[in-house]
Amino acid sequence: MTAITDMPDLPRAARRPQIGNPVLRWLRTNLFSSIPNGILTIVLLAVLAKGVIGFVQWGIANAVWLTPANDSSACKAVRGLGACWAIIPEKYRFILFGTYPFDEQWRPALSVALFITLFYLSSRRALWRRELALLWIGALVLTSVLMWGGVFGLPFVSQDRWGGLPVTLILATSGLAFGFPLGILVALGRRSKLPAIRSLSVLYVELIRGVPLVSLLFMASVMFPLFMPSGFNIDKLLRAQIAIILFAGAYLAEVIRGGLQAVPRGQYEAADALGLSYWRKHRLVVLPQAIRHVIPPLVNTFIAFFKDTSLVLIIGIFDLLTTAKTAIIDPAWQQFSVEVYIFVAAIYFVFCFAMSRYSRSLEATSGR
Amino acid sequence: MTSDDPRPPPRRSFFGALGPNELKGLFWQVLVVGIALAVIVFLWSNTVTNLSARRITTGFAFLGREAGMPIADSLLAYNPKDSYLWAFAVGVANTLRVALIGIVLATILGTLIGISRLSANWLLSRLAAVYVEVLRDIPLLLQLLFWYVLMQALPAARAAWRPVEGVFLSNRGLILPAIPIGAPQLWVLGTAVLGFIAFLAIRRWLVAQQIREGKPRPAWPFAVGLIVVLPAAVSFLLGVSWTIEWPQLRGFNFVGGLTLAPEYFALLIALVTYTSAFIAEIVRSGIQSVPHGQWDAARALGLRRSFMLRQIILPQALRVIVPPMTSQYLNLTKNSSLAVAIGYQDVVSVANTTLNQTGQAIEAIALIMAVFLTISLGISFFMNWYNARIALAER
Repeated sequence: MTAITDMPDLPRAARRPQIGNPVLRWLRTNLFSSIPNGILTIVLLAVLAKGVIGFVQWGIANAVWLTPANDSSACKAVRGLGACWAIIPEKYRFILFGTYPFDEQWRPALSVALFITLFYLSSRRALWRRELALLWIGALVLTSVLMWGGVFGLPFVSQDRWGGLPVTLILATSGLAFGFPLGILVALGRRSKLPAIRSLSVLYVELIRGVPLVSLLFMASVMFPLFMPSGFNIDKLLRAQIAIILFAGAYLAEVIRGGLQAVPRGQYEAADALGLSYWRKHRLVVLPQAIRHVIPPLVNTFIAFFKDTSLVLIIGIFDLLTTAKTAIIDPAWQQFSVEVYIFVAAIYFVFCFAMSRYSRSLEATSGR
Repeated sequence: MTSDDPRPPPRRSFFGALGPNELKGLFWQVLVVGIALAVIVFLWSNTVTNLSARRITTGFAFLGREAGMPIADSLLAYNPKDSYLWAFAVGVANTLRVALIGIVLATILGTLIGISRLSANWLLSRLAAVYVEVLRDIPLLLQLLFWYVLMQALPAARAAWRPVEGVFLSNRGLILPAIPIGAPQLWVLGTAVLGFIAFLAIRRWLVAQQIREGKPRPAWPFAVGLIVVLPAAVSFLLGVSWTIEWPQLRGFNFVGGLTLAPEYFALLIALVTYTSAFIAEIVRSGIQSVPHGQWDAARALGLRRSFMLRQIILPQALRVIVPPMTSQYLNLTKNSSLAVAIGYQDVVSVANTTLNQTGQAIEAIALIMAVFLTISLGISFFMNWYNARIALAER
């Protein structure tokens, strides 16, 4: 509670004479403003120093960075004292690309680069035009060609050999690409005046949001084959993708509904007065405003969703987390799973942190 | 619109009387409901055909059969000879156990970190910000696997860490000293709960009196009497013992005390730290939403800091905090289903084992969904009630 009670007392602070060394003054106001605060600072510094020194000793000073191929004896020697980063150069290709044929791994690598470039382009406001959507469609086609192959002299690679980072990116991106229009339809349905459509939308959103994603994925993996006519068998990855799209649709629908509620009534009435039809009214007047209102929460939903794709591990799909977990089953390297998890955590962190930074910058600029 | 028009409305046919908009609405509804029904019928008939082709009988009769699955860590007494129904009950109890304790701990930790982010101490607020940013941007499942690996890497029972006397941390989990709770102790605790309820009623009455008379009526003597003295007296009269049971290392394992198995402990840590990062942000934005003028006004009235926080700032902050907090509680509960990845037997894990043993996929998944929908509805019902209580009463 001390933290709240020492909120800066503005008028008094302003009257205090600003003298002395600026560094000392900064230290005084930010770290040693009162005796309890000073004690807190010292305790925190001690804890921080201990943590940093411990990590530097384990992660840098005593760490093993490289070993001869498939030889973990150097790592075993420092076990408990230092990190074994040598496992990363040893396993990174499996972690990033799974069991994709070794010589063809430039194809998933190129797909990942393509995705990242498009994510970057999509984050630039100046580029939010129709051409961007076309670019996305082109890129998705190109990715499919790259991943599957079978044309232009690229050998065919079946879907069950895909793995790692491209699978994570494909699941997340297609989940959003298809979940977004679904979310818009459901959000509109939930605000519709027609009772049957409204109740169906409410039922859909509440059912999906009320249960864990794990159970939807189980449903996709064990029940989907029961639902389909016999002889009709679709791939496990595609089944998981469908579950993820349905899941994303329900969550995005709620965010978009919030945006729809924020559009002033006058806008709807003006569109009606112009004689626009229901769909034209929403497409031209309401939705652009509604979505602009909820861009920051939408980005936050994207982040949550990107992380949630890792749950496909539970039904045995080889996304980034699953390949990491599989990489450390190898008996020689079994004991160094912490290092692998840190490596994969860093990959996820880079993606999510970039998105959350972006969301924050949007919040700062769209406040006006 | 036409109420001022004295002329009778023009005669129309039955459908014409509906007007073009109603007709269009009817058309869309019939279309959508029709599609939904067609999809359901399609899926249903496929399922029936597939089930009969695979000779799977539907229904919940399997729940009465012997489960035969081991459940290592459970609150309720269980052995593999019990029925599937009981195994599910044990799974539900395990889910509730991790969710309830997780919610309490995550709320405490999240509130502390949220307040720390607002601290005037630069170092504390930066550390809190780093904590929030790192935990929020890494998938929960990855964090869970990470904690689980760390738990397994802990020393064996013989070389267990002892951070505090009586507390052991080893690859067998966390072992804490405990007070064994049996029937006599439950009576005393029950008295305390009844005393608390009585105290709430009395406090309401006291507040009503205070409003009527304008004189403050202290409530604390009633609190002490009903919640502390009364249960203590009951405990003394019944001669209930409250001895602490200290865990001890015997051979290769511990006896006595309370054991948190590695799976449970890892799941709890992961859920609590992950959710606390989100709660911290909610608490921070809630406190920041209280206008600065409220602090100034309270200070100008010369109020004590604790009174100011409790009576002026927090009630306003709570209005902003409670609705998003509800979704975090629901998320934590749903996320506890990740237990299946590390083998803690919550309801999802039990259902998954059942599914693999019996092939009753539809029933097992229906049970998972029913359990989570019930819990979700329960939590949102309670939080909505609480939210309505603290909401701004606007005229």
